[in-house]
Amino acid sequence: MPLMWNWSMAERSDRGRPVAFRGGGFSPRPLGVVGPLVFIAVLAFWEAGCRTGLIPPLVLPAPSEALAALAHLVETGLLWKHLGASLQRLLVGWTLGTLLGIAVGFSIGLFSLARAGLAPVVAAIFPIPKIALLPLFVVWFGIGEGSKVATILFGTFFPTVVATYGGVDNVDRNLIRMGQSFGLSWLSIVRKIILPGALPAILPGFRISAAIAIVLLVAAEMIGAEFGVGAYILLAGSLMALDELLAGVAILSVMGLTVNWLIARLERFLLRWRT
Amino acid sequence: MELRLAGLHHGYGNIEVLRGIDLDIPAGRIVCIVGPSGCGKSTLLRLIGGLERPERGEVVQTGAPPPGCLNPLTYIFQDFALLPWRTVEGNVRLVLEDHGFGRAETAGIVDDVLARTRLSEFRAAFPRQLSGGMKQRVAVARALAVSPAFLLMDEPLSALDAQTRELLLDDLVDLWTRERFSGVYVTHNLREAVRLGHRVVLLSRRPGTVREILEIDLPLDARAGHAPELEAHRSRLWQLLRDEAHAADVELVDG
Ligand SMILES: Nc1ncnc2c1ncn2[C@@H]1O[C@H](COP(=O)(O)OP(=O)(O)OP(=O)(O)O)[C@@H](O)[C@H]1O
Ligand SMILES: [Mg+2]
Repeated sequence: MPLMWNWSMAERSDRGRPVAFRGGGFSPRPLGVVGPLVFIAVLAFWEAGCRTGLIPPLVLPAPSEALAALAHLVETGLLWKHLGASLQRLLVGWTLGTLLGIAVGFSIGLFSLARAGLAPVVAAIFPIPKIALLPLFVVWFGIGEGSKVATILFGTFFPTVVATYGGVDNVDRNLIRMGQSFGLSWLSIVRKIILPGALPAILPGFRISAAIAIVLLVAAEMIGAEFGVGAYILLAGSLMALDELLAGVAILSVMGLTVNWLIARLERFLLRWRT
Repeated sequence: MELRLAGLHHGYGNIEVLRGIDLDIPAGRIVCIVGPSGCGKSTLLRLIGGLERPERGEVVQTGAPPPGCLNPLTYIFQDFALLPWRTVEGNVRLVLEDHGFGRAETAGIVDDVLARTRLSEFRAAFPRQLSGGMKQRVAVARALAVSPAFLLMDEPLSALDAQTRELLLDDLVDLWTRERFSGVYVTHNLREAVRLGHRVVLLSRRPGTVREILEIDLPLDARAGHAPELEAHRSRLWQLLRDEAHAADVELVDG
């Protein structure tokens, strides 16, 4: 009886020891302060490096100089002109691209004919960097707002299509069956079962398309734009005004963060039924 | 309203799943369908409710559904099939929304079925907040909301633990005793079958044919006190099922 023997041995020799814990790790905890701390530390080092002359001003201006450039933008009121122009292009392009993308994504997801006809086209055009098509858009839609909006629209359209029809494909077939078994109309099934069921895939697609939209915005504004964050950065770059360039980049970064935050809010609201 | 299955054949690709099923499904009683795993029970239920078209044969509906019936053939699914983004109440309302009821009328029906399934206090809960047994009760409430002529149940208790299953089985017996609904109940659990079935249909292994039909005359609400009799039925069914089940178990799925 080896089991008995072990037990009585343990009883005699010591009072036992607790089983070692080995279930830790692999579950990231939110540490709210770490992110900002790292950010501040990097900025502080950078500033110190510039002040001590470790980083020559020609290579990289100090954060304080970029801040001054930003303050100048605010003072002259140019910030709002640049930002307004950019946001307008972003909003129009992204909204149209997203709406069209969702519509086409749904038709690919729902209709065999659309899937057979459109899915290969989408697959073929999706990987093309839309920046490469910018000159084409300038020819088609003019050098003004048209080509800029079209670039963003195109750039956001394709990822949205792919995310949407992927989402539609992944809706639980049993739920659709259930809807049919209760005699729900086709439209009811699409609206009440497929649309909410695809939403968890569509919303993350928004993050990707928003990031793409910002990248394309800057690219599009480098051709024939008077105002716009991209135009501002381009001008600063060509004048080697690195402090202004950094200020522009900071604006872009804040723009991206804001958009991400908005989408996160939207996700939390629309997907609050999830665990 | 009654159902008659006449010469049902069905298959997928070159797998023959059901072969020549003839069966009458009477009103006001529960027919249990049992059989070895993979013999086509779920397929048969989908054919009965019109979710799939049989290759040959037909499912005939005789007589009119009772007045006020919104969806004569109504399913209760093994995985509950509740919309996770709708509350308990919203899930029940879903199946009423296409029928053009007014707000008050809909609310009346919802209140009624939630009360009948003892879910009234959970009406605002989302499915993720409910236990498995409660989810299935929501599915029952949703089915009752459309006043079905037939309840088609595909292993409704199989996703639940043993204790919950027992409770829900009692619920179903109560429900039948009160409402005398007609039902087709698919299960692989013979105990459930003899507890709930007025008639138990045993299918052979794939391709499924009707192997045996067993009538159990004991009234449902009296069965709890007749354990030995039910046990005798159960063990007889098990004798018949055992060899089929064993043979089915060692078959290759796509052989
Ligand atoms: N949509 C389908 N396409 C192809 N084959 C299918 C399909 N549905 C079922 N089958 C096959 O038909 C056979 C019968 O399936 P069915 O689900 O009806 O069996 P079942 O008796 O309900 O089994 P279980 O006891 O596992 O629930 C199985 O071999 C299954 O693999
Ligand atoms: Mg089954």
